[in-house]
Amino acid sequence: MGKKDTTTVKAAIQKKTRKPKLAVWKFSSCDGCQLSLLDCEDELLAVTEHIDIANFPEASRAVVKGPYDISLVEGSITTPHDAERIHQVRRQSKTLITIGACATAGGIQALRNFKDVKQFITAVYANPKFIETLNKSTPIADHVFVDFELRGCPVSKLQLVEVLNAYLNGRKPNTPSYAVCVECKRRGITCGLVAHGPTCLGPVTQAGCDALCPSYHRGCFGCFGPKETPNTSALCTYWKTLGVKDDELVRLFRGFNAYAEAFRKESEAHEK
Amino acid sequence: MPKHSEKRVKRMKSRTLKVDYLARVEGEGGLLVKVSGKKVTDVKFNIFEPPRFFEAFLRGRLYSEAPDITARICGICPVAYQMSSVHAMENAFGINVDGQLRALRRLLYCGEWIESHALHVFMLHAPDFLGYADAIQMAKDHGPVVQMALKLKKIGNDIVNLIGGREIHPINVRVGGFYKLPTKQELETLVERLKWAVDASSQTVKFTAKLPFPEFERSYEYVALRHEHEYPFNEGRLVSNKGLNIDIQEYENHFMEEHVSHSNALHSILKERGAYFVGPLARYNLNFDKLTPAAQDAAKSAGIGKGTNNPFKSIIVRSVEILYACEEALHIIKDYKMPEKAAVDIEPKAGIGYGCTEAPRGILYHRYRLNEKGIILDAKIIPPTSQNQKTIEQDLREYIPSRMNLSQEKLTWQCEQAIRNYDPCISCATHFLKIKIEHE
Repeated sequence: MGKKDTTTVKAAIQKKTRKPKLAVWKFSSCDGCQLSLLDCEDELLAVTEHIDIANFPEASRAVVKGPYDISLVEGSITTPHDAERIHQVRRQSKTLITIGACATAGGIQALRNFKDVKQFITAVYANPKFIETLNKSTPIADHVFVDFELRGCPVSKLQLVEVLNAYLNGRKPNTPSYAVCVECKRRGITCGLVAHGPTCLGPVTQAGCDALCPSYHRGCFGCFGPKETPNTSALCTYWKTLGVKDDELVRLFRGFNAYAEAFRKESEAHEK
Repeated sequence: MPKHSEKRVKRMKSRTLKVDYLARVEGEGGLLVKVSGKKVTDVKFNIFEPPRFFEAFLRGRLYSEAPDITARICGICPVAYQMSSVHAMENAFGINVDGQLRALRRLLYCGEWIESHALHVFMLHAPDFLGYADAIQMAKDHGPVVQMALKLKKIGNDIVNLIGGREIHPINVRVGGFYKLPTKQELETLVERLKWAVDASSQTVKFTAKLPFPEFERSYEYVALRHEHEYPFNEGRLVSNKGLNIDIQEYENHFMEEHVSHSNALHSILKERGAYFVGPLARYNLNFDKLTPAAQDAAKSAGIGKGTNNPFKSIIVRSVEILYACEEALHIIKDYKMPEKAAVDIEPKAGIGYGCTEAPRGILYHRYRLNEKGIILDAKIIPPTSQNQKTIEQDLREYIPSRMNLSQEKLTWQCEQAIRNYDPCISCATHFLKIKIEHE
């Protein structure tokens, strides 16, 4: 990032002679996506030269008060308290970016959305009355306006750095909305649908992992959620001709992005 | 102690230490301590991270999905979840994964221990000892140390990346083995950096040994795996310093979980003796003899000998374990011969499977009941942090009374530090922190 190559946003920020303030917020999640930030071992100290990490409890005791230039939000909304808290986060944030499958689609914990949550509580906890939870695990965009949604379970480090870079420079993030298949073909990987058994979600899943699973001889299981305009029903019709059963199809679409609309509808279509 | 005004004395008599959102831990939690006079009347280590119900939605899923689904309980130690789940499934099906596949699993675990321990030692715990809010501020005065830490952490991540496909939620682990095997040449690319890491982790042990440690020791019951020939990762019997010596299948006969109102995590206790201690300190105190000579020597020079009962010194133990993991990784890579098959064939059958492995934070227990098609009928997962929760609360009860002369700010920070001794992973424990100290 050349110092002279600045855009209006950065210029505006610099005019105030301060570094942009970044906050990281956690809702219901595994911490993996925010850990991606600490996993940027080569970039972390360089990033902190340009950004003031103002609120990041996983990494620091120090809290600088808002408002914040960029908020990264991890996790989904699952409790009444969190449904309130996300509005406070939005009010303090100029730009709000959700990171990961929990924040953008409700995460694996959204599997409760297909069941009666009371049964779930009694399955895990002896005293259900101590547990306060909502019936559904929902993405952040169901509650507040979200400026950008970064997909993945977990997010890709490269994409995370790209999105931060883009927002600091006032440009659109360069992240693809096409299918994993495009990455797979580009890498010259043998098609898993043909070679390793039928079920690979690559044709309907958004790219971002660089076709990781196919490169490890296994089918895609949908970490980055549905691609733009996914034809899930055609794919399922094809799988059925190969003998894939309905219960398998339900499980396939009910992963980390189960509550993303396209995957949810497809799984419901195969549920008896 | 200076003389206090009457008003101040009154205030001293009853106070509350409160941390709403505990920093530098994985997940959401807090602490509430109530003090009356010199007595600690209440300690609540709250876990308000929302429950996620993994055990419930695992019902009806296929055995082969467990490693990928349970990995999502924790982004810091996904390998641990994958290891405990595949071992449980293999136990249910009566399959033994041996030889180089077993060695590769150990290597993958070495990677996770290195990255998780390096993160905790330098970025989460060392700032407490040195009085910094975080590692980035620490980097201003201790630049080379933080740079070394990041490099060390990266090597751990690179191991997980190479074998697992990516650092967080690896995709290459399956029941029976792996999807794709690394070649010897690929593994050998790690050797030079691992040799550097052996040296860097010896320096880390020396660095942590010089930190200022509070005088604090308790008589804990340590629980860890113990294996005949090796420092434990994936296999062994569950042992303690107070006579426990059981097969992992007997876990639920000896341990139980309690559900308390202030926490979304279940507290785990030993039925006969109550609170216990899992994690690096427990592993080390019970398995010192299985460490490599270099790791043993480094520990001796650091002054912790064959064991210590000071939980603050767990930061030294973590450093010793980084050293061990680097040496073990080199050893595994040296002996590696790529097997013909990436995985053992699986034939599902009905039954119950048990798995218990040593996550960076301590033992992680999984139990699954399966039908004849390998569909999960029910699941039980007990992460290390919920096992340490009661011990953490007891530590604070004993730690605070002799330090009542400290300012509110200082005492609160020290309480946080005492919690971070355990490297609590709250995301794990709710599958599970907030600090309050209140004077009545």
